[in-house]
Amino acid sequence: MKNFSNKYIYIYSVVLVLIVATVLALLAVGLKPYQQKNIKAEQMQQLLASAGIKVERNVAEENYDKYIIAEYTVNGNGEIIDEYSEGKQQKGSERPFDVNVKSQYKSLKGGATDVKLPVYVCKKDDGQTIYIVPVRGTGLWGDVWGNVALKSDLNTISGVIFDHESETPGLGSKITDDPNFAKSFENKTMYEGDEFVSVKVEKRVGTQNPHAVDALSGATLTSNGVSAMIEDCLKFYLPYFNTLKK
Amino acid sequence: MSEIAKKKDPLFGPRDMKLIKTPFSKENPIIVQVLGICSALAVTVKLQPAVVMALSVTVVIMMSNVIISLLRNTIPPRIRIIVQLVIVSFLVIIVDQVLRAFVYDASKQLSVYVGLIITNCIVMGRLEAFAMSNKPWPSLMDGLGNGLGYGIILIIIGFVRELFGSGTLWDIRIMPEGYIPNGLMVMPAMALILLGIIIWIHRSRNKDLLEKE
Repeated sequence: MKNFSNKYIYIYSVVLVLIVATVLALLAVGLKPYQQKNIKAEQMQQLLASAGIKVERNVAEENYDKYIIAEYTVNGNGEIIDEYSEGKQQKGSERPFDVNVKSQYKSLKGGATDVKLPVYVCKKDDGQTIYIVPVRGTGLWGDVWGNVALKSDLNTISGVIFDHESETPGLGSKITDDPNFAKSFENKTMYEGDEFVSVKVEKRVGTQNPHAVDALSGATLTSNGVSAMIEDCLKFYLPYFNTLKK
Repeated sequence: MSEIAKKKDPLFGPRDMKLIKTPFSKENPIIVQVLGICSALAVTVKLQPAVVMALSVTVVIMMSNVIISLLRNTIPPRIRIIVQLVIVSFLVIIVDQVLRAFVYDASKQLSVYVGLIITNCIVMGRLEAFAMSNKPWPSLMDGLGNGLGYGIILIIIGFVRELFGSGTLWDIRIMPEGYIPNGLMVMPAMALILLGIIIWIHRSRNKDLLEKE
């Protein structure tokens, strides 16, 4: 076996790492637009899906522009911070779609008061107005998130869609994979009289209870996570919904 | 494998074919050498991620084998493992980024397991055992063979698990409406049991693999 001097070894490793790092950096910059396009299209696709409009990801953007007539961000007092509609920024400085929902919910949990979260207004083909809000919480293994679409009475759920980071495949992952689970939320109501009760995910609910849906068997903790997520997140929007109702 | 590269051999001649074929049965990385089990259990719930994983690992083994083989005379033995690791990580990051950009759905399903190709013993094993002492072309063939040998087992397990665990194949419904999916199939334990069955069948057909008493 050949003998290599220490000097050779040092130079060799430095050069190798520099080459590798340069190529990777160039690649990351080059591929970034494609990756972000995928993520953006998926978000748009999921927003539309929660309002009951199913589109393929490659046409998500044009359909999004067609159906989502306005985006707002609201704070905990129900005041509108930013508005984006008709293709341009109407109020505030940040497009609501670009708001980092994950970090906003995180600071909300940490007790911050300057939190703002997006609301999307969707106008469907049949003239219905749907309000879509993003929700985010924790499941068993990692984050769970989704969108809740409310009918114009701001009480009845029109549709929901959930996604997750790493719930157990075949059990907890059913919140995304099993269409019947998302479907069971449709037409549930979150108010009992004037009181906010949310829509809970519980065992043995059946189809009659207007404020709860059946939990997934074998995925109790994921179900609990979804239940808590919906309650916590919708709570934030209540002041805004109240101003809308007036 | 030292008999390779002694004299000129035609492209895809018997030597190349032997390098590609042996990892399929007699030297299969999963069912004979029992390497790469972790990912074999994790990504085989559905067929599609299994196929994407198989292709990703094949690409990584082939490329890293070739790169290491080209560099083999310049790599100081004292830091060879680190050099191998850098090359493998480099390729895995490329694969991960490309999947994210162009096969987004599969990349989401594979999540962390693409990154974990770096720690897949098959890759490092082939680098140490083959690429460090052979020329680039045989190394490429060896990588192809081992990647496919790994992949074929993943695909078989993925096929069975998706068919019985979800009643679908490639997300298309195969089983009749009344079929109740077998929940055990989607658990990692079942992948291990299936793997055991494959090893059993394989060994009973290849008696020379059995340990002599």
